[in-house]
Amino acid sequence: MTIKPKKGRIVIDSKLCKGCYLCMSVCPSELIVISTELNEKGYYPAEFTETNAGEDRKCTGCAMCAVICPDIAIEVYRG
Amino acid sequence: MEKVVFKRPKYIKKVPFHYCPGCGHSIIHRLIAEVIEELDIGEKTICVPPAGCAVLAYDYFDIDMGEAPHGRGAALATGVKRILPDKMVFSYQGDGDIAAIGTAETIHAANRGENITVIFVNNSCYGMTGGQMAPTTLLGQNSTTTPGGRDKDRDGSPIDLSEMLAITKGAVYIERTAVNSIKNIIKTKKAIAKAFKVQMAGLGFSLVEILSPCPTNWKMSPVDACEWIDDGVMQTFPLKIVKDETS
Ligand SMILES: Cc1ncc(C[n+]2csc(CCOP(=O)(O)OP(=O)(O)O)c2C)c(N)n1
Ligand code: SF4
Ligand code: SF4
Ligand code: SF4
Ligand SMILES: [Mg+2]
Repeated sequence: MTIKPKKGRIVIDSKLCKGCYLCMSVCPSELIVISTELNEKGYYPAEFTETNAGEDRKCTGCAMCAVICPDIAIEVYRG
Repeated sequence: MEKVVFKRPKYIKKVPFHYCPGCGHSIIHRLIAEVIEELDIGEKTICVPPAGCAVLAYDYFDIDMGEAPHGRGAALATGVKRILPDKMVFSYQGDGDIAAIGTAETIHAANRGENITVIFVNNSCYGMTGGQMAPTTLLGQNSTTTPGGRDKDRDGSPIDLSEMLAITKGAVYIERTAVNSIKNIIKTKKAIAKAFKVQMAGLGFSLVEILSPCPTNWKMSPVDACEWIDDGVMQTFPLKIVKDETS
């Protein structure tokens, strides 16, 4: 039996994001980038690069991005 | 099956914080709410917020709150706790609030061994009013009232309030932590949980001083502000257990 490696994923609420980019500074796999579109508050929010990556994701769901996010804009899922 | 491993804690309302990007207050609010949820004390916890950037904390915490006049958090928390000894009562105070206008109230509450907890957010300036010097401002640090940097002879040296409080007989647990890295955020949460448990065990005065970034008044990016806590602030305010007489 092959054991499927655990995968993670995050969801960034772009409305809550204030573009501090602390999440980017801690992600070990550099999976977060700056969006090219402004949000309602006038910030360029952080954007998860693997939202549409299917099973091929590098995100482990370590949650470091969420732990440092001041605005509780990140939810993390694992499994 | 996919599981949620990180989400908004139960006792933080789903509203945006008014804090600046990268502000440490937001992280500290969340950690307090996580501890309240994990200890299951939401119904018995009362927070006393300050004058300062956290003045609107009652808009965010979904628990009972009672605002103190500037600096008087420990005095108000004393009154609340003495009337309602079964509640878990903590004040939330900035460095200007606690170490300038509120010094007297704080020292005497600690000295009396009031069974309360103080969360002391040290961002080495008066954040809310635009970045004036606080008693905790570092030597050489620019502020609107110390242009060119704080000078020892002209402005005095930074006050280490936690060490001052530690010499009072009534203070039983004082720790200094920071929220500038994952490791330090995790340690801060543990310290908050310990302080709350010290109070619930009836042991006496507990305080957690938290070094916190104020990117706006430090005129730094949030990432640089977190680095500056390591390279600058901790040189004057090293992280440590300042006092622990709980065991
Ligand atoms: C009696 C009184 N004096 C002065 C003020 C103005 N004031 C509001 S907040 C503040 C300082 C806040 O600094 P700090 O406690 O460090 O909190 P921060 O905003 O940095 O979190 C001052 C002087 C006030 N609100 N009340
Ligand atoms: S959960 Fe971990 S790996 Fe995934 S985006 Fe966040 S920091 Fe990166
Ligand atoms: S840490 Fe949070 S607020 Fe800051 S950029 Fe990332 S998602 Fe946005
Ligand atoms: S001024 Fe400083 S302490 Fe106040 S909200 Fe902005 S970053 Fe936070
Ligand atoms: Mg301050």
